[in-house]
Amino acid sequence: MAEMKTAVSVPVSSPWSGGGSPFAINSKKFGMWLFIVSDTLTFSALLLAYSYSRLANPNWPRPFEIYPAIAKSTSMTLILLASSLTMVLGVAAAHRNDRAKTVRWLLLTALGGLAFTVLHLTEWFNLFREGYTPWSTPQGVPLFGATFFGITGLHMTHVTIGVIYLVIMSIGYGKGKFTSDDVEVSGLYWHFVDLVWMFVFPMIYLMSVSLTG
Amino acid sequence: MSAHESGSEVHAVGSTRLFVMVWIWLAVITFIEVFLAYERLRPDLMLTLLVVLSVVKAALIVSYFMHLKYEKISLALLLIPATIFCICMIIIFFMPDGARLMQMRLGH
Repeated sequence: MAEMKTAVSVPVSSPWSGGGSPFAINSKKFGMWLFIVSDTLTFSALLLAYSYSRLANPNWPRPFEIYPAIAKSTSMTLILLASSLTMVLGVAAAHRNDRAKTVRWLLLTALGGLAFTVLHLTEWFNLFREGYTPWSTPQGVPLFGATFFGITGLHMTHVTIGVIYLVIMSIGYGKGKFTSDDVEVSGLYWHFVDLVWMFVFPMIYLMSVSLTG
Repeated sequence: MSAHESGSEVHAVGSTRLFVMVWIWLAVITFIEVFLAYERLRPDLMLTLLVVLSVVKAALIVSYFMHLKYEKISLALLLIPATIFCICMIIIFFMPDGARLMQMRLGH
């Protein structure tokens, strides 16, 4: 610790006296946590605006059949959860300095994200064919299209960015450009993307399952 | 974990077994939610139940996968209460009115 002569006497041992890290984490990780809080509020605002419209309109469209929509979105949920598990194992491998295994787990995580996006896009194209767009639905409830494609689209953007982030991280970490702390920070982002889907899936898909069969 | 790997951040990290257990719980809650979706409940009750289950899942992800349980408590205190407070404020503003419109249009 650098010795400093100051006019004011400050208890150097306190974590709040500056120059140290009161949260005992590096600044990149702290920055990612702050980003996650702000992104949480973004998604909260969108999901709450959606929830308001959903409750206020009892004639909300319920287009999601067990097959393909619910079967597909449930598998997507499990795939995303599994990719969080591989991410955790990747971070653990990175902290053990096991580079080869870390790269493998990171690429597997990215593959999970890619599978999620591809499945989600096929789901989107199904809905397009059935006449659902971001500005109209066959039932004449544009709010459904706007909220569905808006929220799932923003989430899908996060997944896509995450896949790119993870691929860059695995290449860079494999070459020794990044440290295990950097891998952990990318893990925080990835788990957050998973966490958001844990709200999007029940609130958007499960609130609109087709009950007529 | 190798003992000589000191350095950046050495703290308790969950085992693979623990992470798999958390994953199984997350999957189980997901299936409970899917099952629940086919019960014919009032939309406000359904939405509340689903969100409560999702909050449980989010807590599991944040605590174990995002490692917050093992960080210093000051980090969790900085991040979590303020976020929950903001979200509760929006809920208090809008959700009672959403439920009122629902009751009105359902004709109760």
